[in-house]
Amino acid sequence: MVETTLVEAGRLAVLQEMRRDPRVWVLGEDVGRGGLWGQYRGMLEEFGPERIVSTPIAESTIMGAGLGAALVGTRPIIEMRMFDFVMCAMDELVNQIAKVRYMFGGQAKPAVVVRMPHGMWRNSAAQHSQMLEAWFAHLPGVVVVAPSNAEDEAGLLVSAIRSDDPVLFFDPKDLWLAPGAIADGEIAPIPFGKARHARQGDALTIVTWSAIVPNVLAAADQLTSEGIKVDVLDLRTIWPWDQDAVAASLARTKRLLVVHEAVEVGGFGAEVIASMIDRLGPSAIKVAKRLGAPRIPVPFAPPLENEVRISPAKIVAAAKAAMA
Amino acid sequence: MATAGGTPAAAGDNLKRLTDLYRMMVRIRTFEETALEAYKAGEIPGPLHVSFGQEAIPSGVCASLRTDDRLTSNHRGHGHALAKGADAATMYLELYGREGGYCRGKGGSMHIADFSVGMLGANGVVAGGLPIAVGAAQGLKLLKSDAIVVCMFGDGATNRGPYLEALNWAAIYTLPVLFVCEDNGVAAHTETRTVTAGEGPAARANAIGVPAVTIDGNDALAVEETAARLVAEIRAGRGPRMIHAKTYRWCGHTATDAAAWRDPKQVEAAKTRCPIARLKAVLIERGVAAASLDDISSAARDEMQTGRAGAHAAPWPGMASAFEDVQDAGAVHG
Ligand SMILES: Cc1ncc(C[n+]2csc(CCOP(=O)(O)OP(=O)(O)O)c2C)c(N)n1
Ligand SMILES: [Mg+2]
Repeated sequence: MVETTLVEAGRLAVLQEMRRDPRVWVLGEDVGRGGLWGQYRGMLEEFGPERIVSTPIAESTIMGAGLGAALVGTRPIIEMRMFDFVMCAMDELVNQIAKVRYMFGGQAKPAVVVRMPHGMWRNSAAQHSQMLEAWFAHLPGVVVVAPSNAEDEAGLLVSAIRSDDPVLFFDPKDLWLAPGAIADGEIAPIPFGKARHARQGDALTIVTWSAIVPNVLAAADQLTSEGIKVDVLDLRTIWPWDQDAVAASLARTKRLLVVHEAVEVGGFGAEVIASMIDRLGPSAIKVAKRLGAPRIPVPFAPPLENEVRISPAKIVAAAKAAMA
Repeated sequence: MATAGGTPAAAGDNLKRLTDLYRMMVRIRTFEETALEAYKAGEIPGPLHVSFGQEAIPSGVCASLRTDDRLTSNHRGHGHALAKGADAATMYLELYGREGGYCRGKGGSMHIADFSVGMLGANGVVAGGLPIAVGAAQGLKLLKSDAIVVCMFGDGATNRGPYLEALNWAAIYTLPVLFVCEDNGVAAHTETRTVTAGEGPAARANAIGVPAVTIDGNDALAVEETAARLVAEIRAGRGPRMIHAKTYRWCGHTATDAAAWRDPKQVEAAKTRCPIARLKAVLIERGVAAASLDDISSAARDEMQTGRAGAHAAPWPGMASAFEDVQDAGAVHG
């Protein structure tokens, strides 16, 4: 294994795939300068301005041009800079990218990766902190990826770039610099729809993904120290998602807690719970709970932002409530 | 502005080319007439936008294109598809929502695409095709192809943000795109000039750095000649160009819209500028026999009636196809 950070793991994955396939290229604001966090550092020098394309601040066309370029056989990585700005490109994403293959009867192959760093990060306030991945799980035609560590960032990016589906890739920006490790040599693709079994236990199943995963693991470790061993499944991709793994865990624990940084109301946690009740029957599940943010925009002042954050203490409390 | 009578020799000398141009316009007109008849007979579901009076623009523009050139279209796109080389019978199958249609019955009139002839799709969103067109051009450039992209849109699209974004984009990356604004003066039920500041589409394009020319879009020879020149410039790597082609929408916005707000005299006046009648007069003046032009019309009628009948008789798509071509990973059920 090689020690690295999540952002660097992602960079190495893109580098590997761009060396492997000349049809892969990147477009987005400031990518020629390495991107906001160095995700594309050094790539302009290696690949030149035709494959590392710094664009105007024109999100509709960043997204739509990525699609057009895919329709003639290239494989663009569309960098949205921050997730929140995709709102300026929703027609191109929702009406065009997600629809063309179906609407044109299979003629179109919208093989794009849309990278959208999301979530809270350094008190960035309401327009630079959102987590709306649930919207996109609701959208037919796309894959939704939300990794939580360096290894998954790299392996899932490789899969995303090689996929013929449009892949919405939510980089967890609060974890960019989290230390991690990736395998030596070639980065292997990680398949979509396979959860990572992050902790083993029989007391409670916790399902989670993206930036909140480290807090869930901290909570799990604390619970273990108190004698409560929980099963933690990091979904890694929320569409498709690993229903088999969650169902298998629940068959043992009978108790389910879904934790996400996104607003609790209408979040993907509700989908996880409803699907499991459908699949296993209500009597097979003793408790099913969600823990997410309150339904307020993300505030700026650090104490207020902390109020929205899902801390390890909140997770421990929710887990104990689910055990009661 | 070139006029039908005194058109430059380059286009005018080649009678076969002019006859082909005429044939395409007649085919588009007849396609639309037949589609409208079928619609009124209740055979075609969904919204239908026809393009009577605008046939010269796609016919003239596409006369200079190769099959591997690409085209993006809009909601009023039947003529664009035909001119790019799509097959009328397969288009009718799609209008009817039947098996064998271009989109296997999953798109309909507003989403006809034929990737095999470079037709990258009609679009149900006004200005939706502009970003896609510039990206297709960028992709072709990356692939070292010398194919170009034509982007067809209406005057209504020029007040949406993507108009600014995509023109700027094409200019800064020197992309091989021919933007074609079919300016019929109206967007749905609003005269575009009443909601548009400044001097209009060409002035905006020129200000952004995309050289634009305004022409009479009902003059097929002017369209053809202008497009031929601009396509050659674009293919030579000189960057994007725009044609602002002025025309008139004879019909209502959709097949069910009577456009009753309009003064009927305006429509009658527009019909005296019929692009097909104008080109016909030129051809006859240059010695083409009227009978051979009649043959073109009856061949078009046969083609379209056969297409319509075939579509009407064709089966619906198999129900399983509703669940196909969504996505590979996690299709339908996660
Ligand atoms: C973004 C968007 N807004 C509104 C509509 C509804 N609509 C469809 S066509 C149209 C008018 C478009 O006018 P123009 O672009 O000039 O094309 P024309 O119909 O005249 O050919 C409108 C408003 C739409 N399809 N997309
Ligand atoms: Mg119009």
